[in-house]
Amino acid sequence: MENLLSRHRNISILVFVLFAEIVGLAVQVKRSTDTQSTRLIRLWTVSAVTPVEEGLGRIQAGIRSLWRGYFDLRGVRDENHALQAEIQRLRLQQVRVIEDAQQARRLQVLLGFKEQFISRTVPAQVIGSSGSDLSRMVYIDKGAQDGIRPDLAVVTADGVVGKVLRTFAGSSQVLLINDPSSGVGAILDKSRLQGVLKGSAAGETILEKVMADERVENGEKVLTSGGDQIFPKGMPIGTVTRVSSGSDLFLSIRVRPAANLSRLEEVLVITRVDEREPVVDQASRPVRAIDILANRLPSVPVKSAASKADAAQKAAALPATSATKPAAVSAATPDATAVVKTPAIRKPGISAASSGALPTSGRASKTPSVRVISDIGDTAAKPSAQLQPEKETGGEVQSQPTPNAEQPSGAAAKRDHAPSAVSPGEASGAEGSQGGAKPNTDQKQPPNPTTGDVPH
Amino acid sequence: MAITYTSREQIDVYRFPLPVAVGIPLVAIFLQSFLPVHFHFFYLFDLPLLVTIFFALARRNPVSGLLTGGVIGMLQDSLTHQPIGIYGIAKTVIGYGASSLGVKLDVENSGSRFLVTFGFYLLHDLVYFAVARGLVGQTSIWHWEHVASAALANAVLCIPLFALLDRFKRRT
Repeated sequence: MENLLSRHRNISILVFVLFAEIVGLAVQVKRSTDTQSTRLIRLWTVSAVTPVEEGLGRIQAGIRSLWRGYFDLRGVRDENHALQAEIQRLRLQQVRVIEDAQQARRLQVLLGFKEQFISRTVPAQVIGSSGSDLSRMVYIDKGAQDGIRPDLAVVTADGVVGKVLRTFAGSSQVLLINDPSSGVGAILDKSRLQGVLKGSAAGETILEKVMADERVENGEKVLTSGGDQIFPKGMPIGTVTRVSSGSDLFLSIRVRPAANLSRLEEVLVITRVDEREPVVDQASRPVRAIDILANRLPSVPVKSAASKADAAQKAAALPATSATKPAAVSAATPDATAVVKTPAIRKPGISAASSGALPTSGRASKTPSVRVISDIGDTAAKPSAQLQPEKETGGEVQSQPTPNAEQPSGAAAKRDHAPSAVSPGEASGAEGSQGGAKPNTDQKQPPNPTTGDVPH
Repeated sequence: MAITYTSREQIDVYRFPLPVAVGIPLVAIFLQSFLPVHFHFFYLFDLPLLVTIFFALARRNPVSGLLTGGVIGMLQDSLTHQPIGIYGIAKTVIGYGASSLGVKLDVENSGSRFLVTFGFYLLHDLVYFAVARGLVGQTSIWHWEHVASAALANAVLCIPLFALLDRFKRRT
């Protein structure tokens, strides 16, 4: 035996070393449930490699900054003009989005939903990788001493990147979403179908567990569903690029990641996500696209003091409805006064008709279809119950009378002073119909501003 | 092609100073981790494998070759999120094979280096694939086109790289 080993010394050593490696591998595979354990060799290697990578990364960032700051400024002026125009466009769009978000929040409040808010993030720089396309992960320059811990979500401004797998003192491993061992709870934006996003051996991202009889279209956005308890709900993951039949009864949906996973430089680690009930932002409520437009357009001359006084007199002449339930009126008043002061264009006839018909504040705040566009002082004088959501034509804001205009004042007052009379269903229906009216170049119906409908 | 069968006496055996023997594998592992972040195509290359083949061919000692390959492989494993030993096993086999081949063949010229590297890259991926699927239970898929193109790329890269590393060799 001894003779045999000495004769085949090399091959014996090879077999021994391979056997030792296989045993070591088997032990690790058996203990693979213990994700927190880190091998000493891994710790040493990472501790040796990542500081150098970090240093080189900083040098590289410095050179890049120098280049961008001094040499790469050609065309900046043109770009600046283009960006200014883009900002203007996005501001208008943002107002619309805020309005929609407010509406969604109101409905969430009604339904008792809880929202997830990303309350703390840690920016980190990508300093290295695994160096193997069979292990798709990167190293970031923030570790346990920066508050990073395993299973935290890592994102960029574009979308989801991956999750923290292991942490070391000054660095962390981030498993990318295109690694075969990763999995992200995902939901399709339009169809609301849920599935699991997994990486493939070729580095693609595939949405699985969507039934084969469902209809999924190319170009549909894929978002996080929040079901994995790692990624907050609603973050962009990517876009559907190809749909094919997968294994069993499921579709295989290929997704192009929103974040460029092959060119990661800076990422954000989400270290804290709060879950709380949404709060309707009172301050931002009345700011609407049409208000901004109205501010920019040549304004109609402000009404004279005489006409204001006349309107006030008419309002004072109808004290009965207001006086019957002062508490309700006072409760409704803040809503009316919260309306943005804007020099909107109105049809004088409508204003005049409405001014004598109904009491002001309650109506303005409680009727879903009510639209109030006036000065704060004006609001007290002119009820807007007869005003439908304005039509906006080329920036012009117009109001139209509704059938409600002929409603008896008593009935109107009854609705005005009973906030609970407007059921959540009604409110949501009204909101929904308004929210569905998307901006149109010819006829833009703004969202319903009557947030007072929602009982707080 | 310049692969020539030579007698053992005709073949030179080289050794390397300790800093070189330790430093070059470490630099290779570092570059393998650092460069793909900035140059994504670099995933195609396997610098630690090239260094393993180079040392094995130059030393022409199977035991030394397999140990060098095993250590380099495990260091490479430690940078991934997978169990340590998959690359270790693959590179142990390559280290042994390359040094055994180096004993029998003259692999000092570019043509033979190209062919040897191409072949060993395929073998390396085959062993890796077998270990990953058979022992670790990974769902890796063998892509012939990808493996062949990577083998070709590594074979091309080995020619200037080995020429550079030849400067550190010392004849025993």
